[in-house]
Amino acid sequence: MPSSAALGVAPTANAPARRPARRSLSTLPFLAPSVIVLLLWMIVPLAMTLHFSFIRYNLLNPALGGFAGWSNYEFLLTDPALWTALANTLLLVGWVLVITVGLGTLLAVLFDQDFPGRGIARLLVIAPFFVMPTVSALIWKNLMMHPINGVMAFVSRSLGFTPVDWFAEFPLTSVIIIVAWQWLPFALLILLTAIQSLDHEQREAARMDGAGPVSMFVFIILPHLGRAIGVVVMIETIFLLTVFAEILVTTSGGPGLATTNLAFLIYMRALLEFDVGGASAGGVIAIVLANIVAFFLVRAIARNLAT
Amino acid sequence: MQSTRSRIVHAALGWTVALVMFFPIFWMLLTGFKTEMDAIATPPTLFFAPTLENYAEVHQRADYLRFAGNSVVISFAGTALAIALAVPAAYAMAFFPTKRTRSTLLWMLSTKMLPPVGVLVPIYLLARDSGLLDTRTGLVIIYTLINLPIAVWMLYTFFKEVPHEILEAGRMDGAGPRQELVHLLLPLAVPGIASTALLLLILCWNEAFWSLNLTAANAAPLTAFIASFSSPEGLFWAKLSAASTMAIAPILVLGWFSQRQLVRGLTFGAVK
Repeated sequence: MPSSAALGVAPTANAPARRPARRSLSTLPFLAPSVIVLLLWMIVPLAMTLHFSFIRYNLLNPALGGFAGWSNYEFLLTDPALWTALANTLLLVGWVLVITVGLGTLLAVLFDQDFPGRGIARLLVIAPFFVMPTVSALIWKNLMMHPINGVMAFVSRSLGFTPVDWFAEFPLTSVIIIVAWQWLPFALLILLTAIQSLDHEQREAARMDGAGPVSMFVFIILPHLGRAIGVVVMIETIFLLTVFAEILVTTSGGPGLATTNLAFLIYMRALLEFDVGGASAGGVIAIVLANIVAFFLVRAIARNLAT
Repeated sequence: MQSTRSRIVHAALGWTVALVMFFPIFWMLLTGFKTEMDAIATPPTLFFAPTLENYAEVHQRADYLRFAGNSVVISFAGTALAIALAVPAAYAMAFFPTKRTRSTLLWMLSTKMLPPVGVLVPIYLLARDSGLLDTRTGLVIIYTLINLPIAVWMLYTFFKEVPHEILEAGRMDGAGPRQELVHLLLPLAVPGIASTALLLLILCWNEAFWSLNLTAANAAPLTAFIASFSSPEGLFWAKLSAASTMAIAPILVLGWFSQRQLVRGLTFGAVK
């Protein structure tokens, strides 16, 4: 913030401190609506999920009821489907992170260079981020990855390979490719913004000292990107933990459980099997997982807020 | 200054990446103008007699306009409501910070971390019992709530950049907080509010968890309409492509205009 003196305005910096009590009191009506609705949004469903996870509750069987103790959790934790779903969730999140952050960093460096038509090329690269998930998933599943009529099948036939039946042979990999395509632009955009905030004099100085492109990348750019990469990883993790639409419209979790992640498992338990208790126990597990990530994310952002 | 050779290498690499990333969207655009026969032809046809038949048919048979109408109404209402709630809150925190401001901001952010599947069951049951299941009002309420923290954060970072001196001057003239907000801050903050609204609009338009789980015939927006093409009987690639093109075109254009704001909004000001 520029100081008031620098702008030639009479110094009034001490004005807010003069009547702090009246000030904070009078702003309460401004803040209250947002705080109240968010508080309700956070507490009511959370309390209900916790409550449901400890009772017997099936929408198809009204006779069932009563306190269930830990049995919903026991049933869930001893169900192999949960562990498959957790493994799929981790594979999906992990691989998409590796692909988007790895490629995103390289592409950010590339798009930081000046070349003819860079502005338009950048628009084309970030376009996938604005495509709604159901469209991305169906376009990839049919137009791109279809084993007979898809573009990828055509390309592999032209090169003399046997076309791959993506969703039958590598279902989880196919979902990972689609989700990575959607999120690569996000990583690129954030990392590019971060690179461009790098001090030009610092880069000039490094170049003067004889730093080549590789050492420039390793010693100047990567350290500068550290925090931005951290932010990308955490925000993507929060969204990727609950990938849902892409799975629903391509594989419906199958074949078998091959593409069922935690989000899809909870959806099946709740809205296909109507087992509210079991689905809620799964929900609690999802919330705990997300909170572990959120804890670190909030800390990273809080550090930035201090300025 | 870079050498000409490295510029050529960068251009070749950059354009290759751009074309590969954009190819599925380009191919979808093209397929939307093909006949169903051309759409599944192999080898794929690049040159064909374009037809507008798919667009006409999607409009007539699939009742496209009702889904599009739902998308427009829900996105705009959800955005407007979130902005209306967020502006006063961001104003209070940016200009009258107290000891609790910092923790309030971080708490609002943390509500965004709650995974939607974790509360799917209670929200579904609450919506059913209050008659909001499969209504536009139900989705508007959900979208307002999930986007409110982003709106408050983005507006907060924009308001922080407005010179305090201007508001101080108004205060000296006897303006209360309400007049100060309406007459002094809002005119200055129009660009910031507009870019916040743009981002919220994009997020609402593309939201595909609650829209798929809480709507059926009545209130289904375009995300759900496209999902209805996933049924395995028959391949209607040309119609799928035409419908998809119509569903993403407006938001893609808006998205291109809002790249910078997107970074600020989605990283909660952590990367500028």
